[in-house]
Amino acid sequence: MDVAIVGVGLHPFGRFGDRTGIDMGAIAIRRALADAGVQWRDMQFAFAGSYEIDNPDAVVALLGLTGIPFTNVYNGCATAASILKMAADTIRLGEHELGLAVGMDKHLPGAFSSDPRLYACPSWYGELGHFVTTKFFGMKINKYMHDHGISPMTLARVAAKNYRNGARNPNAFRRKPLSEEEILGSRMLNHPLTQYMFCSPDEGAAAVVLCRADRAHRYTDKPIYLRASVVRTRRLGAFEVHSPWLPIEETVGPTVDASRAAFENAGIGPEDVGVIQLQDTDAGAEIIHLAENGFCADGDQEALVAQGELEIGGRLPVNTDGGLIANGEPIGASGLRQVHEVVRQLRGQAGDRQVPGKPKVGYTQLYGAPGVAGVSILSV
Amino acid sequence: MARVPVAEGIFTWPSEEPQLIGSRCAACGIVIFPAQDSCPRCASTEMAEHLLSRRGRLWAWTTQEFPPPAPPYAGPTGAAFVPYGVGYVELADEVRVETRLTNTEGLRIGIEMELVLMPFRTDDDGNEVVSFAFRPVGAAGSGG
Repeated sequence: MDVAIVGVGLHPFGRFGDRTGIDMGAIAIRRALADAGVQWRDMQFAFAGSYEIDNPDAVVALLGLTGIPFTNVYNGCATAASILKMAADTIRLGEHELGLAVGMDKHLPGAFSSDPRLYACPSWYGELGHFVTTKFFGMKINKYMHDHGISPMTLARVAAKNYRNGARNPNAFRRKPLSEEEILGSRMLNHPLTQYMFCSPDEGAAAVVLCRADRAHRYTDKPIYLRASVVRTRRLGAFEVHSPWLPIEETVGPTVDASRAAFENAGIGPEDVGVIQLQDTDAGAEIIHLAENGFCADGDQEALVAQGELEIGGRLPVNTDGGLIANGEPIGASGLRQVHEVVRQLRGQAGDRQVPGKPKVGYTQLYGAPGVAGVSILSV
Repeated sequence: MARVPVAEGIFTWPSEEPQLIGSRCAACGIVIFPAQDSCPRCASTEMAEHLLSRRGRLWAWTTQEFPPPAPPYAGPTGAAFVPYGVGYVELADEVRVETRLTNTEGLRIGIEMELVLMPFRTDDDGNEVVSFAFRPVGAAGSGG
């Protein structure tokens, strides 16, 4: 059973004062339902993703208590990819025909933190200051730049592109373009990554209505088909966040595993993809992920970025809505924000940031603590 | 003022030449740090204590230029915070260990590093809490 996306809805990402995550989730759901031309009572099941909200299914208090199976999921930075996959699988398995995935979150400012013991790390690891994700990203890109000849200017160009794309996106958190010089000159946080090269935790929600592909034309004349959705976790030897040690034996990260499986499941190759959303926790992550997802060889990014190939008009348009750098990261919603953008692009509804040439295939990737990745491939 | 280790069982203490305490799996041979009683590669529970080399090479590094969120971070914050280096040091082709680095300058992948103990903080009883760190061989280091 194939699966189609027939509705997408977004609550803007940013800071919204006293508005709760549940309120934002309800707004995103109403927009997705309206986009599909359906009612809440038509939903046969739902999955919700959140880090901060214990029971995001409480959104039914605002929408209607219809008694449907409604499952809450938290799966690290791949939460939204996980609920998309679970919702799609519910349809693929023939259990239901029409349902919804919603992600919502409302984080405090500042780097994410937690009790290291909840990650199977010892307490002293956190006491010493090792339990912070940003320094992992600093180490990973610093080593990658050493091994593959990437310059700090390339980091700045990627961040500047994402701020520029965010300026064209009315739903983005950061809508002010920043120059490469401003980005390189901002405060150094974790060498070589400066403040403006990182995304920030923030607030927002996104929702997607899915249905059996053979029923999609009841709801839309532009169904977008979910061709693959894959979640993978780290294997021994991958260089991962929150690792007090690493073995000498090395292997690729979970993004590579998820990407290869997704392309294989979809029967689609990287050369077919016309619009790309990658996890840009920082500018370096976007550069690494471009290669980890099969869109270029290690080291090619230096020239690709300098030639503008990652821009909206380039050969590999990446993070056309500004990515995490311009939108921030409400963890539960982040991956459905990527899907929202890809659906808009594939329908030709992306306005000022529309990728030219009618892209037919879109790609989304999430990655984060504690070493989990999610990849989705969508097509017209 | 007494000197106390940040945690028991992560390095030999007291010791003139402290070593990190890891585990070696009797079934598959992998060396890990810190010690644990099950193997993350083959799931064996035949883990034996294994002292790690005091010298190695820098495999990856960055700097930490803002105080990490506290808790869990328990070191100096505010005006007392001093940026530090952090990285992985590859020890004797056995294991790569994540560690504080005494320096933020002069760090390059591949340089030779050695284990030192560094004062980390003063606890509520006035004890000097020490932890392990690595410094470039031949460098005096900043002492953290």
